[in-house]
Amino acid sequence: MRRYARKLHAGRPALVLAPLMAATLAITACSAPGADPVTEDDGDTEVSTELGSDPITLEMYAETGFPLAKALADEFSNQYPNVTFNVREDQFTVIVENAPRVLAGDNAPDIIRLPTMIDLVSDGLLKNLDPYFDAYGWDSFPASQLEQLRIADDGTRGSGSLYGMGLGYSVTGVFYNKELAEQVGMTEPPVTIAEFEELLAAAKDAGIQPIMQFNQDTAGINFPHQALQNQYGDPQEIADWIFQKEGATFDTPAALKATQTIEKWAQAGYFPADANAIDYTAMMGQFQEGNGLFMFNGDWESGNLDSNMPGEVGFFLFPGETADASHVAMSAPNTFGVGAKAKNPDAAAFFLNWVHTNEKAREISVQVGGSSPGGPADLEVPTAAEGTVLAQTLAASGQLAEENGAVDFTANATGSIFASAITPELQKLIVGEQTPEGYVQAVQAQYEEELSR
Amino acid sequence: MTLPATGSTSPARAHRNRWARSGRWSGWLWVVPALVMYVVFVVRPLTLTFQYSLYDWNGIGVARWAGLDNYLTVFTDSDLLKIIGNAFVLIIFFSFIPVGVGLLVASLVRRMATGLFGTAVRTILFLPQVIPLVAAGIAWSWLLSSSGVVNQVLRAVGLGGLARPWLGDFDTALPSVGMIGAWVSLGLCTILLITGIGKIDPSLYEAARMDGAGPVREFVAVTLPGLRREIGVCLTVTVIAALASFDIVYISTSGGPGYQTTVPGLEIYRLAFAQRQVGLASALAIVLMALVLLCVLPIQRLTREEKG
Repeated sequence: MRRYARKLHAGRPALVLAPLMAATLAITACSAPGADPVTEDDGDTEVSTELGSDPITLEMYAETGFPLAKALADEFSNQYPNVTFNVREDQFTVIVENAPRVLAGDNAPDIIRLPTMIDLVSDGLLKNLDPYFDAYGWDSFPASQLEQLRIADDGTRGSGSLYGMGLGYSVTGVFYNKELAEQVGMTEPPVTIAEFEELLAAAKDAGIQPIMQFNQDTAGINFPHQALQNQYGDPQEIADWIFQKEGATFDTPAALKATQTIEKWAQAGYFPADANAIDYTAMMGQFQEGNGLFMFNGDWESGNLDSNMPGEVGFFLFPGETADASHVAMSAPNTFGVGAKAKNPDAAAFFLNWVHTNEKAREISVQVGGSSPGGPADLEVPTAAEGTVLAQTLAASGQLAEENGAVDFTANATGSIFASAITPELQKLIVGEQTPEGYVQAVQAQYEEELSR
Repeated sequence: MTLPATGSTSPARAHRNRWARSGRWSGWLWVVPALVMYVVFVVRPLTLTFQYSLYDWNGIGVARWAGLDNYLTVFTDSDLLKIIGNAFVLIIFFSFIPVGVGLLVASLVRRMATGLFGTAVRTILFLPQVIPLVAAGIAWSWLLSSSGVVNQVLRAVGLGGLARPWLGDFDTALPSVGMIGAWVSLGLCTILLITGIGKIDPSLYEAARMDGAGPVREFVAVTLPGLRREIGVCLTVTVIAALASFDIVYISTSGGPGYQTTVPGLEIYRLAFAQRQVGLASALAIVLMALVLLCVLPIQRLTREEKG
C-alpha cells in the first residue's frame, strides 16, 4: 500500500499532461473563442399584432421576490387561455450573470427581466422592438417613459431603437416611520436638504437611528448618495453618464459634494454603525421593527409596508437644496425584453402591450407591483386606498412625471459598476477607508475600464 | 486503479514480457475509459482556460487576441494583488491553525480518550466537515452578526466593548472568515492526525519514556516524525482549500467590506460572469493554479518519507 502511494506521489504529471494539453490545444486553438457576430437586427421585420388561438407557451425569465410578473402572467392566461407561461425565476444578480448565455442558447426566453442592456444589444441578443412600437402605437406613451429602454447605434442608451418595456415603472424616495417622526417633531416631510439634515440630527439626539440603510453585498447607501447627487448638479449630467454618452464623467463637483455629504452623515452616525453588515432583507426587518426614522428605498416595497405596518409609514421624494427646487428621483422601468432568438416574439410583444393597456393588468401592476403601470398618457392610473404608502408613492410617481425628474440609477451605468466599484468603495467610504475624492475617481476608473473593452 | 495480478511464483520481468507479447496497445485499453473522462473533464477545460486567458473576450461576442496582457494585468493591478494576498492570509487560518490545534488535540486524545469518550470527541470534531460549506457560512454569519451569539456572549461577560459586526468590520472581516475556515478544517486534520498517531508503534513511546522523555519531548521526538505523512496530507488539502476558497467567503461576506475578504476564487467568478472579462478571469485562474502548485509541491517534498 505504501509503495503504491509513493508511486502516485512520485509520478510526473507534467509528462502526461503536457502532450495531452498540446493535443487538445491543437484541436481547439485553431479558432478564437466566440461566435460570429449575429446579423444586426435593424427592426425592419414584419410583425403581427394578432395573438391567434393556437396554443402558445411563453418562456418567461423573471426576478425572484417580485411576484408582479407571475401575477400578470396568470391573469393573461386567464384572459387568453391558449397562452401558458413557463416561468423561471432567479435573483436579479443571477439574471445579470446568466442573461447573455441564456439569451444566446437555443431555448432563449421570450420575455426576460433585463439587467443593463447595452452589452446584450451589441451582442445581438435582444429583439429590436421598433416594429411593435409602430404596430401598437406606443407613441401614445409619454416619450420619457421609454427613454431608458432605447439604445442608439453607437451603443449609448437614452435614444435610438427600443429594446425593452417596463412591467411597472418604479420611483424611489424616502420612507419614514410616522411614530418616530412625531417624536422628533416632524409634522410635514422636509422640503429642503437642510431641513432633512436637521431631522437627522434631531433623531440622533433623541437616540433614534436616523437612517436605516443596507450596505452589505450591494451598497444601499448609493440610494442616498444619488439622491444628493441628483440635487447638487444637473441631472442631465448623471443621465449622460449612465447612458454612456461620449465624454461623460462621474468625477463632477456634484458627485463629489454628494460623497462628502455621505461621509459627513456616516461620521455623524446617521447610518447604522454596522451598515456594512446589514443586507437588504435585514434592513427591511429592522425598519419594520421600528428601528430607523428614514429608509431610502423604492415603491416596490409599498404594498409590503402597507400590510406589515399599516398606517405607520409615509413616503416623500427627496427634497432639493431650496424649497422650490424641482424633484429628481431615481426611477426606472421594471425592464423586460424579448430575446432575439425567442420562438414567440409576437406573442411576447402582445403581452407587453396588454400589460400597459389592459385595465385589469394595470390594476395588478399597482396592487402587486406597487408601481405606476405606465402606458398611454390618457389612461387613468388605478387608485390605491387612501392613507396607504401605496397611494403616496403613486402620487409621487405622478408628480415626478409632471416635473420630468426621473433619472436612472447610477448603479445601472454598466454591467458591473455596482458590484465592482460603487459597492466596495462605498463600504470603504463610510468607515473612513476611502476619501470622497478617491471615491469618485475609483468609480470613474472602473467605468472607463469597462467602456474600453 | 486496476493492476494486473502478480502470480507469486512468476518474477516481475516475465510478467512484463507477457504483456509485451500480447501487444503494446492492449494495456491502453484498460485506461481508455478513465483517460477519456480525464481528457474531457480535466484536460480540455484546462486547455480552454489557458486559451481564453490569451484573449479579450466577453463570453459571447468575437474574441480579440490579447497575448499576455491579461497576465500583465493580474500582476500589476493593485486590487488583484491585494486579493491574491488575502488568499495567503487565509492559509494561516485554513491550514496552520487547524494543523497546530489538530496536533495538540490528537496527542491529548491519544493519552486519555479511549472508548465512548474518544468516539464522542472524534464525532464532534468531524461534524463541521460533514456540513456543507454554504450552510456553515450562513450559520456563522448569524453567529458573527451585530446581534449574534458571539456578541451576546461578549456583552454577557462584560466585554461589550469588543462586540462588533465581525464580518462587516474592516479589521476583523478577514480573520473572521478565516476562523470559519479553521472551524471547518479542524475536524479533518484532527481525525487524520489521530488515525496517524494510532499507527505509531507504541514501543517507541515506551522507549522514549524509559529514556526519561517528558510529554513535550515525546511529542517532538516520536509523535511529530511519525505523523510526517499525515501532516503533509493535512497541509496539502487545507492550503488548496485556502487558496481556492469560494463558498464560505461568497456566503458570509461576498468579498466585502471593500475588497477586505475578496479571494481569487470569488474574483474569478465575478470577472467571468458579472464583468464578463472571460480572458482576465481565465488568466487569474491559471495564475491561481500555478500558485497552488507552487505552495503544494514543496509541502509534498518536505513531508515525503525519506528513501529507504
